[in-house]
Amino acid sequence: MTANPAGWRPTAPANEEGEARTVTGNRALMLEEALLFEIGGLDQTGVDIVEAPQRPTRLGGLERNREIGLPGLSEPEAVRHYTRLSRQNYAIDLGLFPLGSCTMKHNPRLNEKVARMPGFADVHPLQPRETVQGALEVINELAFWLIDLTGMHGVAMSPKAGAHGELCGLLCIRAALEARGDKREVVLVPESAHGTNPATAAFAGYRVENIPANSAGRVDLDALKARLGPDVAAVMITNPNTCGLFEPDMKAISDAVHAAGGFVYCDGANFNAIVGKVRPGDLGIDAMHINLHKTFSTPHGGGGPGSGPVVLSEALAPFGPLPYTARTADGVVHLIEEEQADEFSQTHFDGKVQSFGRMVAFHGQMGMFTRALTYILSHGADGLKQVAEDAVLNANYILRSLEDVLDAPFAASGPCMHEAIFSDKGFAEGVSTLDLAKALIDEGYHPMTMYFPLVVHGAMLVEPTETESKATLDQFIAALRSIAERARAGDPTLKAAPIYAPRRRLDETLAARKPVLTYQEPSQAEAAE
Amino acid sequence: MRYLPLSDADRGEMLRVIGASSVDELFRDVPEEVRLSGPVEGLPMHASEMAVERHMAARSRKNMVAGDVPFFLGCGAYKHHIPASVDHLIQRGEYLTSYTPYQPEIAQGTLQMLFEFQTQVARLYGCDVANASMYDGSTAMWEAIGMAARITRRKRSIVSSGVHPHYVSVATTMAKFTGDFLDTSLPELTAETDAERLIAAIDDSTSAVVVQYPDILGRVTDLTPIAEAAHAAGALLIAVVTEPVALGLIRSPGEMGADIVVGEGQSIGVGLQFGGPYVGLFATRDKYVRQMPGRLTGETVDAEGKRGFVLTLSTREQHIRREKATSNICTNSGLCALAFTIHMSLLGEKGLRQLASLNHARACDVAERLAAIPGVELVNDSFFNEFTIKLPVEARPAVHAMVEKGVLGGVSLGRLYPNAAALQNGLVIAVTETATDEDIAALEAALKEVVR
Repeated sequence: MTANPAGWRPTAPANEEGEARTVTGNRALMLEEALLFEIGGLDQTGVDIVEAPQRPTRLGGLERNREIGLPGLSEPEAVRHYTRLSRQNYAIDLGLFPLGSCTMKHNPRLNEKVARMPGFADVHPLQPRETVQGALEVINELAFWLIDLTGMHGVAMSPKAGAHGELCGLLCIRAALEARGDKREVVLVPESAHGTNPATAAFAGYRVENIPANSAGRVDLDALKARLGPDVAAVMITNPNTCGLFEPDMKAISDAVHAAGGFVYCDGANFNAIVGKVRPGDLGIDAMHINLHKTFSTPHGGGGPGSGPVVLSEALAPFGPLPYTARTADGVVHLIEEEQADEFSQTHFDGKVQSFGRMVAFHGQMGMFTRALTYILSHGADGLKQVAEDAVLNANYILRSLEDVLDAPFAASGPCMHEAIFSDKGFAEGVSTLDLAKALIDEGYHPMTMYFPLVVHGAMLVEPTETESKATLDQFIAALRSIAERARAGDPTLKAAPIYAPRRRLDETLAARKPVLTYQEPSQAEAAE
Repeated sequence: MRYLPLSDADRGEMLRVIGASSVDELFRDVPEEVRLSGPVEGLPMHASEMAVERHMAARSRKNMVAGDVPFFLGCGAYKHHIPASVDHLIQRGEYLTSYTPYQPEIAQGTLQMLFEFQTQVARLYGCDVANASMYDGSTAMWEAIGMAARITRRKRSIVSSGVHPHYVSVATTMAKFTGDFLDTSLPELTAETDAERLIAAIDDSTSAVVVQYPDILGRVTDLTPIAEAAHAAGALLIAVVTEPVALGLIRSPGEMGADIVVGEGQSIGVGLQFGGPYVGLFATRDKYVRQMPGRLTGETVDAEGKRGFVLTLSTREQHIRREKATSNICTNSGLCALAFTIHMSLLGEKGLRQLASLNHARACDVAERLAAIPGVELVNDSFFNEFTIKLPVEARPAVHAMVEKGVLGGVSLGRLYPNAAALQNGLVIAVTETATDEDIAALEAALKEVVR
């Protein structure tokens, strides 16, 4: 492989319609950036590593005997490459990110500073426990808050993300059922649920059945009750749900499920709407994961890392994965690992600890725990309540400000919680939710969640979060209002959007039909044609 | 409450627009009897930035920091030097505070980075394709076992005794619920691995053979015979790599016939962080790509014909296939993958090879010196930067005794295998480029004293 001597690669000629042509492909501050594999070289490096002494190796005769193909960059080139790439990303630091059900809120930099304190960032998961007491205290302190805010009894800290937490909750349920010799095969999932819910239930070995929503966007309680029976292990419910609505019958749902011998799993993705206002434990929920990035502002980082601790009811707490934390009758929260499990079981759970096992190699997402705890301590019990109130206030403000230009299918059934849902009803023929979303990009916004939940046609799910000011919301409302009016009028230019983004609409069909998933050297790529 | 921009005047005006008399009216769907009237009991009120920072700093100081002491722990998490520019770049808000790249036109930064990451991982592992990262190495291994079961339509995986016990534990947990069967066993403190046992155990019900390379005791062995035996029986070879730096010096699992290669990427760009977040790596052959879990970034063109990147092949994923998806995960370790990619770009082929050579040379040196201590025996014939010694005493108390001397001196096998009597004297020592001559001398002195 040889480095591209020019250091850049224009990706296409400028178009014919008067758009400025540049040699580089750049447009002022909108910069094109070639791939690492086109600018780096196999003999280049951005690190200084001392020469290893010459000596016989002990590699079992498996010395590498061919090139790997990993180009390097000098430090200035690397800094520039990844800085230039970063400028092609939208981010919450740049503006409103109204992704419903995904909850993008401000990420305080204190959290980042704390996560990088050496006692958290530079300790090994297998260090002797006497050398990591401060780190364990952080886990316990966060566990204490999570248990208290949710009114539950235990919390499994180790799940690595929300969907992993769902799996953890279902495995707890399965372990609890098996402990009483109960083999149940079905998990009921309302159709408004996140796609992860049915996938998780199937992954945990269950058969999935859907429960319809009623016309008010809630779980159809009668349909649910009618389906309950001795084969139902659990109901997976999202509350507040993905239509942005609170399930007012939650307690009745829980009671009915419990009476039928099953458990209630709650997808806690939307806990930010009710934190400090109502405790899920009081609603009869048995297990709920908490996406730390959503409610407690750990950064999403372009896809992760996540962190999904799962709070557990008294009935499920003894079955959580190791390591996990539990609160005993004296109010103390304990962190339990494999070796202590038996002992703890004898002293605190009447010998009943029946942990279903281990879910991850180590303790979970410590770096996310420190950030979440820092955020929680900053807000306190009073601030977190305000978080929920402001999130709900902001969402309802958007709902009321736009319902005259955008169809709001559930506006009549009461206030929304943290997110407002709209539909494509009223758009001119041929104009879609996608077109509206892409036009928002040209206004400098990340689009809202599109086509989800599935129960609403052409859904647009808008979640402003509590960290947006009224001025920001007013500007967004004005932009969305204008685009909505164009959508109703059938403005054909919507189809061309976005025009000002780093890329125009990308051909996703081509990507899926002829997948190119790694960089191929030009000669190889041509040979493959 | 410095993170909340609304003023009381704003709140009043917004309630007026909404037509509600109070914010509590917006919570009217929450039944009165469960609605909390005041802040949750037992928790403190909000605190200033300075107060919170002090509180957390006090917790941080209670830990013994790897960078402050002679440090030799490995077993799935490794201390390497991370260039300052890596952490600086991943803290750019455009990366740190962006979402999953569902709107590709304004997420090209993340998508191009992931495409670079996929290419780096595939090449490092000697595979055709890699995904955009997994939670960590242990969950990636479990997903690989599930993927092999889908491909072969068989349910029995034979797991080498050299696989990290926590990884095995994760897989065992999951297997209980999915109906997979895992054939597992404990390692022995010998230079030989269990290759013969693995090969003998393969039959026509075998979905995969799972091996670690280098293994939990640090042993490096040729995977080719195992791959051939597995393929002859219609089974797959899954290789697990917990120390990717090793692949700068030794042959990749893909070259030796592995069908799926998974592992932990923490060594490159990601700090120890007490166990997470880390970054799982996952690569395979082209023909299995539609059975692969996780996200994939692919190249395409935009409406003007310019090259661009999108998330692709999503018909495997949970948000489309629901209960028929290849896995339930809907995220990746985006930011950790970015750290990996930046660090790998800084290293390049040349730097990675130099780094790996230095790790190996230091480890050879330490192994020789420790094996010269009376009563201490080197278990390995082969290793990269991690090896196992057998002490004349139990290793677990020895590790604690070394802590008293200010040395973090390895991982005792007793910590990893609390119930295996035959392993209690084993101590796994990892030596990276961060160990100085003084650190090595301190380890040697401390170990001499504790085994006396």
